[in-house]
Amino acid sequence: MQCPKCHAPMHTYNRNGVQIEQCSGCRGIFLDYGELESLTRLESQWSQPAPPPPAAPQAYPAAAPQAPAWGAPHGGHHGHGGHYGHKRHKSFGHMLFSS
Amino acid sequence: MTPNPLLPALTAQAEAAAHSRTTTCPCGAPVTLADRPDATVVRHADTVAKAHAPDLTPTDLTPRLTTAAHLPDLLLPPLTPTPVDLHGRLVTFWPYGTPVDPADPDAAPWEAAATLLARLHRAPAPAALPPMRGPAKAARAISRLRAVTAAERTAPERPAATERTTTTERPAATDRTTATERPAATEPTTATPSVLRAWDTLPAWSRAEAPQPDSTTLCHGDLHLGQLVRHPAPDGPWLLIDVDDLGVGVPAWDLARPAAWYACGLLSPEEWTRFLTAYRAAGGTAVPAEGDPWPALDVPARALTVQTAARAITKALAEGRFLDEVEQSLVDACDRMASVPPELTHGHAK
Repeated sequence: MQCPKCHAPMHTYNRNGVQIEQCSGCRGIFLDYGELESLTRLESQWSQPAPPPPAAPQAYPAAAPQAPAWGAPHGGHHGHGGHYGHKRHKSFGHMLFSS
Repeated sequence: MTPNPLLPALTAQAEAAAHSRTTTCPCGAPVTLADRPDATVVRHADTVAKAHAPDLTPTDLTPRLTTAAHLPDLLLPPLTPTPVDLHGRLVTFWPYGTPVDPADPDAAPWEAAATLLARLHRAPAPAALPPMRGPAKAARAISRLRAVTAAERTAPERPAATERTTTTERPAATDRTTATERPAATEPTTATPSVLRAWDTLPAWSRAEAPQPDSTTLCHGDLHLGQLVRHPAPDGPWLLIDVDDLGVGVPAWDLARPAAWYACGLLSPEEWTRFLTAYRAAGGTAVPAEGDPWPALDVPARALTVQTAARAITKALAEGRFLDEVEQSLVDACDRMASVPPELTHGHAK
């Protein structure tokens, strides 16, 4: 997605299980509905014992792993299907096998 | 391509080594597995002979061979403990192992690769092991990029350069490209400034201009999918091969190629998650056991993206072709890096 303020691409990060979008240009942060409440709730639990670690990541197929701000747009948590499957196929045979 | 004069001698060496291991060698035709400026590798039956890079000295190579011999569950052990000299090149002998199939992405052993690296990073490093050579190789790729870009710009009238700029020559030279599937055509040298700007944002240690901040952790130094084989072939356990860059250093460097592929959109989030999860499950020390791994991965992943982009441009220039779509995605990542300095991506979001 694009930043509503400066229109640079926004990248998705996972902070304690909450997906947030950060603008690669102005560094502004976008929160989806309910995410502010999730962060507030996490903050209030800060001094309590940590919850058990989440189950295997396969249990959450919709959650994209963290990526750097300079990374390619993966589609964040909006799914990631065919659009780069083609690039993966092209890159696998040569790029992933050489120094 | 001119035949490498080293090949016949190396092939004879591989055959002699193979025959010293068995009296019943099936003696099929010898196979050249690789023939690059930095390595020539020949297989004869179950034996592989490797001629190392011309600048590699016994002092560089022998402690690395010793390390492989001492960790046979992680690194393919050499057949002989010391290299021999052949026409001024150091040659080593190895058992043949079955490599990863480049035609079958779904069979790539991400978990095995991650687990081997985690165990390597926890293994005690032998004394006298030189530094891991990852940063030095990145710096070398940048030096070559500067040299070929300068040569291209100062000699615009060379026939090869002129030929490359004609509209008929470029697509014809790109055999991966079909008429229906044309990448955005980028003249290779126009991508050079993006790559150099990204390189300039990196800290000195990752550019081999200062010692690495870790001088005790054992690292492979050049992890990619061509560095794994099953031994004994064809279905033994996976092992790491190629100790030329092995040494002590920052272990995140070994995770940084898959990390860079993921960041550049070449590796799916699922495959990256499989790799990272397996690394953590095996107790790997390069990233924290949980939470965001990118503060540790960021600098090495940037360096390897820059290195890979630099080599892609150098190769495209040599082959007289445009950058392809995959290579362009590396240059695009370099562009984005220059606007996000490494320190901003450390710690938490601002």
